[in-house]
Amino acid sequence: MTENKQGMTDQVVLRVEDLHKAYGENQVLRGVSLSIRRGETKVVIGPSGTGKSTLLRCINQLTVPDSGRVWLGEIEATSREADINRIRAQIGFVFQSFNLFTHLNALENVRIGPMKVRGMSKEEATKLAMEELDRVGLGDKAEAYPAELSGGQQQRVSIARALAMSPLLILFDEPTSALDPELIGEVLSVMIALAREGMTMLVVSHEMGFARSVADEIIFMEHGVIVEQGPPAQLFSASKEPRTREFLHKITELYGDQG
Amino acid sequence: MSVILGSIGPLIVKGVPTTILMTLGLLGTGLLLGFPIAFAQVYGYRPLRWFCRAYEQTFRGIPALVLILLFHSGLARSFHILLPAFTSALIALGLRSSAYQSQIFRGAIQAISQGQMMAARSIGMSKFQAIRHIILPQAFRLSIPPWSNEFSSVLKDTSLASAIGVVELAKEGTLIMTRIQYALGAEWILIIWIVVALIYLVLTYAGNRSLAFLEDRVRIPGFEIRGRVER
Amino acid sequence: MEFFKFAGSILPRLIEAAGTTLELTACAITLGFIVGIFLALGRVYGNRPIRAVTSVYVQFFRGTPLLAQLLLIYYGLPPYLAMVGLKITPFVAAVFGLGLNSAAYQAEYFRGAIQSIESGQMMAARSIGLSKVKAIRHVILPQALRIVIPSWSNELIYSIKYSSLAYFLSLTELTFAGKKIALHTARTFDTYVIVALIYLVIVLVVSRLLLMLENRVRVPGLGGNAEHR
Repeated sequence: MTENKQGMTDQVVLRVEDLHKAYGENQVLRGVSLSIRRGETKVVIGPSGTGKSTLLRCINQLTVPDSGRVWLGEIEATSREADINRIRAQIGFVFQSFNLFTHLNALENVRIGPMKVRGMSKEEATKLAMEELDRVGLGDKAEAYPAELSGGQQQRVSIARALAMSPLLILFDEPTSALDPELIGEVLSVMIALAREGMTMLVVSHEMGFARSVADEIIFMEHGVIVEQGPPAQLFSASKEPRTREFLHKITELYGDQG
Repeated sequence: MSVILGSIGPLIVKGVPTTILMTLGLLGTGLLLGFPIAFAQVYGYRPLRWFCRAYEQTFRGIPALVLILLFHSGLARSFHILLPAFTSALIALGLRSSAYQSQIFRGAIQAISQGQMMAARSIGMSKFQAIRHIILPQAFRLSIPPWSNEFSSVLKDTSLASAIGVVELAKEGTLIMTRIQYALGAEWILIIWIVVALIYLVLTYAGNRSLAFLEDRVRIPGFEIRGRVER
Repeated sequence: MEFFKFAGSILPRLIEAAGTTLELTACAITLGFIVGIFLALGRVYGNRPIRAVTSVYVQFFRGTPLLAQLLLIYYGLPPYLAMVGLKITPFVAAVFGLGLNSAAYQAEYFRGAIQSIESGQMMAARSIGLSKVKAIRHVILPQALRIVIPSWSNELIYSIKYSSLAYFLSLTELTFAGKKIALHTARTFDTYVIVALIYLVIVLVVSRLLLMLENRVRVPGLGGNAEHR
């Protein structure tokens, strides 16, 4: 289905070059490089504690990398002169723990970015926010506060919050890991729809079914480096690296093969 | 009996307004100073954090009465800065309340999960915007219950201003006590102090009800935080 | 420096007065502890009239200024005490004022601690045949007292600072001693700064000691590390 995807071009949206990050003695990222073209979906998999989340956070500088560079299009996000707030505004981020603003209802959560960061009027921003809430199927929950929403609903609002910024790409940091099993499906189907509409996405996830059916490429990371990357078919059935095969074997045993 | 009733008049007409005015003044002063101090303690640079910490510890560690004497008699007699008693008390107790209030706000800010700041930054908000639009409104709501405790502490501490001659409720009580003792005899003094105490009770109750009402008005699901017992 | 010379000259008198401050605080906090425990037990385990009385007591003492309570005791009660042949000294009045006031706060801390102990503890105690009183005495209270230490520490620090209100009864504790010195020497500001510093030192030392006590009696799984004021 990758070839049917809309809007995929050769234009590189994100380029990451040789990222390093250490917390004290612990080398979390040890030279990670990757790039994503417009419309592509890439899924990062790998054992926990191998720097996948750190990688995502380094991309939009929520965590500052020790060395290495990140480009968003032609702009270097890691350069000293870069306006990091403007760059972040163009990179959506979906957190494992949703992080919806607790004191704002769903509509206000989605609307605050367009208003305060993009400078839209309240009317414009409200209209946009309603569209994005409809897009994730929560138009009727606009007035609800985060505490009144299920985990799945909260995560969909947080996707709408990212979408409302019209991002160049969205980073997903284990978006379904904090959810009860019966709520995972609703979030995944929103993500699948986004991928098919041509959104550029970099997803850290353990959902092998999702990875297999939606990803243009799967990136297997371990111990802070990319061990292997390639199209799902290649990685799942013809992996070159024994460590990749071992991990895939373990994870399908654990989570089942939903593919 | 008419002497008693006649004495209660000034308590309510003169004492109560001064007590209320001072309470509001102190809460305002403490709020105005306490909020920035709290943010400086959480988000400020290290020297600033140390300074605020020292400020907080000092003003909390010194008894309110000593502060009042220091800021009134101390300034007047050693430096010839003659402040009206009301002003001295306002400064002394206001600085003290700002130390306690900064602690309340700091606790509230720190109770907000790190993810809130991160999410705000992730959509491109500056640190200042994130504090203004995300952290502050949440900290405000979390602060209301402990702030109610601070209100009643401050209300009660205004009575200490009587030491430097501010004619608020307690001082008014003392003045009336002397008068009544000569007019009716010492057995009646008890009545006066019971009346004074009851007036304070009413003020405490009214203030707490108003704050509970405010808390109700700004209530949002997910912010049902119970106040701890504190003095 | 001149300031230190002055400080040195008045320190002996202030330290003696600080002794009175500590003595007063110790008596008051002890009275408050004893009354407070009974109030708390009354509020949790008492029948309806007892609960009502204890609750009114707590609300009265927490809702009114300590100063009003002290003046009520020191000036309001003597005519009635005289009828039964009793006299009240400033020290005794201060101990009762501070102590009965502190009892109300301590009662609230104890009540909070007792109520935070899960009901299974009481059930288990009764299941092995302990009477209710014995269950409270041997199972509930030992746990509650450990849980209450952080708040109780705050209360002690508060009592030290608020013992300064005995000033209004002309009792020569630290603050009133400061006032007397200030009057004689006319170095009012310096005197009160020194008084303030002595309070700070006392508060600091007592906080340290209480922290040590807390670590001494800690039982794994009981009570968190509540923030210290």
